Amino acid sequence: MRPIVVQGGRVIDPGRGTDDVADVVMLEGKIAETGRGLGRPDDAIVVDASGKIVAPGLIDLHVHLREPGQEDVETVASGAMAAAAGGFSAVCAMPNTDPVTDNQAAVGFIVSQAQRAGRARVYPIGAVSLGQKGMQLAEFGELVGAGAVAVSDDGKPVVSSHLMRTALEYARTFNIPVADHCEDPTLAAGGAMHEGLVSTRLGLKGVPAAAEEIMVARDILLAELTGGHVHLCHMSTRGSVELIRRAKEKGLRVTAEACPHHFTLTHAACEGYDTNAKMNPPLREPEDRDAVREGLRDGTIDVICTDHAPHHYDAKEREFDDAPNGIIGLETALGLAITELVGGGLLDLPTLLVRMSAAPARIFNLPGGSLAPGSPADVVIIDPDARWEVRPESFHSKSRNTPFGGRQLTGRADATIVRGQVVFQRGD
Amino acid sequence: MTAALGKDLVGLEELSAEQLQLILDTAEPFKEVSERQIKKVPALRGKTIVNLFFEASTRTRISFEFAEKRLSADTVNVASSGSSVSKGETLVDTARNLEAMRIDMVVIRHGASGAAQFLGRRIRSNVINAGDGKHEHPTQGLLDMLTLRDKFGRIRGLKVAICGDILHSRVARSNIWGLLKLGAEVAVCGPASLLPRNVSELGVTVLPRIEDAIQWADALNVLRLQLERMQGGFLPSLREYNRVFGVTTERLARAPKDLVILHPGPMNRGVEIDSDVADGPHSVILPQVTNGVAVRMAVLYLLAGGKPDLAVRAGRGEER
Repeated sequence: MRPIVVQGGRVIDPGRGTDDVADVVMLEGKIAETGRGLGRPDDAIVVDASGKIVAPGLIDLHVHLREPGQEDVETVASGAMAAAAGGFSAVCAMPNTDPVTDNQAAVGFIVSQAQRAGRARVYPIGAVSLGQKGMQLAEFGELVGAGAVAVSDDGKPVVSSHLMRTALEYARTFNIPVADHCEDPTLAAGGAMHEGLVSTRLGLKGVPAAAEEIMVARDILLAELTGGHVHLCHMSTRGSVELIRRAKEKGLRVTAEACPHHFTLTHAACEGYDTNAKMNPPLREPEDRDAVREGLRDGTIDVICTDHAPHHYDAKEREFDDAPNGIIGLETALGLAITELVGGGLLDLPTLLVRMSAAPARIFNLPGGSLAPGSPADVVIIDPDARWEVRPESFHSKSRNTPFGGRQLTGRADATIVRGQVVFQRGD
Repeated sequence: MTAALGKDLVGLEELSAEQLQLILDTAEPFKEVSERQIKKVPALRGKTIVNLFFEASTRTRISFEFAEKRLSADTVNVASSGSSVSKGETLVDTARNLEAMRIDMVVIRHGASGAAQFLGRRIRSNVINAGDGKHEHPTQGLLDMLTLRDKFGRIRGLKVAICGDILHSRVARSNIWGLLKLGAEVAVCGPASLLPRNVSELGVTVLPRIEDAIQWADALNVLRLQLERMQGGFLPSLREYNRVFGVTTERLARAPKDLVILHPGPMNRGVEIDSDVADGPHSVILPQVTNGVAVRMAVLYLLAGGKPDLAVRAGRGEER
């Protein structure tokens, strides 16, 4: 393995809180040292990063890679490539595959597919319940033994409060979080978008914000009851942000994530029945979007994740009610975050990198998120000033379902290094 | 083939007051066609129209079919059962196949909100929404307005209360948009469990009790209560609905003036409306049905590129 030296970039290490122009030297898959005027090892690959940001690789705690089961829309390999192209050195794959990732063999399969792909790291998330049916706990011990980093029934909520309680208790044994998709299924049943003025005009059944907030409140109460770590997925409402803020003030083990679409768009994007604006949780009102932004600013929301959800183009080419939920996000997340949050004056780049790298690593207890010597050589080089247009046809993902096609963004990854290997480099 | 209304009629929300007025005015000469011995004019001769009904409908489908035939169009009816749709074909594939047969217009009734717009954006033919989910039913809104105009001689300044299940009603939405654009005051009245979120932001008054609506309005548009709302947990029972929200003779007797009563049909007699109200002297329920044919003739004629000022001559059977 040839050493890599990334020279002359603005090195932001959210893990150590440093921000300096420096070189980063990587040896044998690890960060060897960072600093100025360092020697260059023989045979090193030298990357000039002047004018660029050098940071620990981004980590996405929430993606759907569709393998096994729907390899026509995404695979572990294509998803890991899309991740690398988006600046992510690691992603966590949700278990709602077919079959469900609810046993050690299924976890092992994803680990081995990721190794074969050799792009971004892919960490499996195991199911909370067998078959994600919400009845019986999956074997957390074996899931973790095979490489799972968390458990979740994402795509569905853990409806039974009893099962959620026992999952939080049992997960403590393995020191893993339980990630919950917060949705009261009776309030959300049949809903296609946020319940509000737009759903009233379009005649679509809405999902009220309370459907999410009821489950957020329940999960916080159960975290308090059990001492377990609950991680709240894709928060979308002002009420949720407020509940989490209060839970954190009480010192509870509650962490939360939010997606670029929820801090960028509102339910107005559903106008014209655009199925690329259909997702769960739905796009909400401007006040909700602003609350999510404020939550990201003050740290109430710990991390930015994508909820990357590939779908075949003709699955979205349908009546709004019948179209599937979700959009892809790996190749637009960084650009949206820089454009909307940094460009909007809400976060500075070091804080953004906390939300996209250091905090995700800490919350799921993953390697990375730091450039300290000995850390894995997972690095992203970001051009924070690059202006580019989102062109879905050029995505590395197998799918194209994004509401951001044609949008002008600022900032993107120029190169991504994983385990000391350059896994993505943007060609000009 | 773009005309005064644009390519498609998807909803009344997208139309201007002038366009609404134009449709109502164009309907006038077509009313007379249906009163003749020979109920046919050649305005749409050589045009092919598909009536694509993915939901059961008797009244609307027949009304469209009469309108088409009285304009001399060639029509085909496709119902969801017995077509490829029931074999799982997608709406976009159905649309492309129709397009490939070089049809001129599609009238679509579909259970999904947005289906008419979806179709209109994917085919070159004109698309007319005959009801899409809970979104709009524009020709129903138009025929309701034509009936009100016949009765009162104007729309502007009228107070119209739409009563019943507003949440699930495409008729309510089309009426709200159309009436507001033509200067009426609109109220909605129904149990709060059947009122959509933020409905007052559409520009309507919310009246919580049917007694309030009767005091306030010049006309009541009484919506059909879908019987499945009880299973959905929106209402306890039909019996109680009639007791609390039914439009009854007793309630109307306390009105400060005689109210004109509309209903889009089919009626649940004894639920949302009592028989003696439906059959009473102030009911315009059957004139609504008659006007439905004229309004649909006007929409078909205008979308097909017919000149508004020639509608009178077209109604007389002259060339367009």
